[in-house]
Amino acid sequence: MYMQINNLYKSFPTRSGELIVLKDINMSIEQGEYICAVGASGSGKSTLLRQIAGLDRPTSGEVRIDGQLITAPGHDRGMIFQHYTLYPWMSVLENAEFGLKLLGVPKKIRREQASYYLSVVGLTSFAQALPKQLSGGMKQRVAIARALASEPKVLLMDEPFGALDIHTKESMHEFMISLWQRTNITIFMITHDVEEAVFLANRIYALGSSPGTVRKEIKIELPERNFAVKRHQIFHDYRDELMELLREHGREATN
Amino acid sequence: MSTEPKSIRQFIRPKTVNHSVFWQIAEDIPPRLNTVLTITSIALPFLIWWAVSSFAQIDAKFLPSPSQVIEAFGRLWNSGELQKDTIASLWRVGVGALFVALFSIPVGILMGSFASIRALLEPIFGLVRYMPAPAFIPLLILYLGIGEEPKIMLIFIGVFFFNSLMVMDTVKFVPKELIESTYILGGNKASALFQVIVPYVIPGILDACRINLAAAWQLVIVSELIAATEGLGRRISVAGRFLRTDEIFVGLIVIGVIGLSFDLFFQAMIRFSCKWASQKR
Ligand SMILES: Nc1ncnc2c1ncn2[C@@H]1O[C@H](COP(=O)(O)OP(=O)(O)OP(=O)(O)O)[C@@H](O)[C@H]1O
Ligand SMILES: [Mg+2]
Repeated sequence: MYMQINNLYKSFPTRSGELIVLKDINMSIEQGEYICAVGASGSGKSTLLRQIAGLDRPTSGEVRIDGQLITAPGHDRGMIFQHYTLYPWMSVLENAEFGLKLLGVPKKIRREQASYYLSVVGLTSFAQALPKQLSGGMKQRVAIARALASEPKVLLMDEPFGALDIHTKESMHEFMISLWQRTNITIFMITHDVEEAVFLANRIYALGSSPGTVRKEIKIELPERNFAVKRHQIFHDYRDELMELLREHGREATN
Repeated sequence: MSTEPKSIRQFIRPKTVNHSVFWQIAEDIPPRLNTVLTITSIALPFLIWWAVSSFAQIDAKFLPSPSQVIEAFGRLWNSGELQKDTIASLWRVGVGALFVALFSIPVGILMGSFASIRALLEPIFGLVRYMPAPAFIPLLILYLGIGEEPKIMLIFIGVFFFNSLMVMDTVKFVPKELIESTYILGGNKASALFQVIVPYVIPGILDACRINLAAAWQLVIVSELIAATEGLGRRISVAGRFLRTDEIFVGLIVIGVIGLSFDLFFQAMIRFSCKWASQKR
């Protein structure tokens, strides 16, 4: 197993006692997989990702990547946040190479690497632009290039396309599929968009709410990965199954 | 029911937004109107001053006319007193502001970045900030004598605490996610502090310094009440004692113009050095 989450619990102290946000999460992910975790808002998705990223420590349980226990943030995991996190005073190229700069890579080499990943995300011509000159989708692509430049073991994504319009979202989906196929990187992505999950993932964890638990693990086997597949019956079946799962949990949570 | 069921529409009184160039909320005005209004802003008070002083038969000891003030300006300039006063005041404000910047910027950044330092310093800063700096004059004379030290210290006391707290506030606005991304990209706390927080807050810090420089100018007048032999503030109090109202006006105008030039200089610096921070593209 490449990435493992074992018996992970997370609770926060609140005025009315402990709030259990994540309860007994177990996941195991192989190298090169594209995993989506789907859950309703408030089901603890961001919290889970923060434990994997090492930004926060689990109350109990552990996360391991390549056998190593995660205790702190590090460059072996790239992360794309729900909100745009480019450094506004740096150009697109400087943003893309910032991780390598922090890691002490010599200027010439990091320039080359960052430029390569800017070309991967299709933004070579914007290398000198400032983040404020970019659209939302372009910003997320720069963030992806920045994360990929230091060649992390896993790419963690927290609802990265949540703020995008449907067309930009679709082109980002196409981009993610081709990126995943070209680089064979392991991706762990969080979303509440069921169709997005079915389209992108090769395996989905459906999360239940309050507290967040893994309700079901679904392996996705689609005949192809392009937009035509969205008309396939099998795509609809996956989607309906997931929708039904999330709906049940929504009902449980309100009861 | 006796009355007809009423529709909510009967109660709705819609407000209309009428089109006006002058009264537009959160919109720019045309550049020509802007120029006209800027000129009016300066010219109108001057015009009123000129009209009142020349037509209302007011004693020059009470309100000198613009030409009398210009005359006084020439007199003070030719005798070299004005230059000496200006340099003395500029020096005090400059040295005071430099010390303030030197100490308050690092302290403010530390307070904004670390909750521990904030908890340690914010209460005492918040308290001292409300003590009027001029009230420290007796103590300053007692501790530091009557040379330049107490004058510069007065400016320091009056501005340092405000500036530290304002710098702290700009640091608190750094999005947490920018700092967390830095850790994930492989940075440590030092990189987050020096490579992310500091560049992010530079425009905010320059702006805080710009605002507090105005306060420093206010205090130079007060500081020169401490046994000064020269300085614009000193000039004004001496002129007041001998009822040379025209010289009071010269002092006030020179202080205002110098202050305004500093302000414009800082604004230009922020605009040119931090293009990324400006709202417009
Ligand atoms: N630091 C914290 N302290 C207290 N409670 C927290 C904290 N962080 C998260 N929570 C709680 O944990 C629950 C899950 O939050 P989380 O942000 O992980 O949800 P999410 O699934 O990412 O939702 P969304 O889809 O809206 O982003 C929420 O009820 C939230 O109030
Ligand atoms: Mg979230």
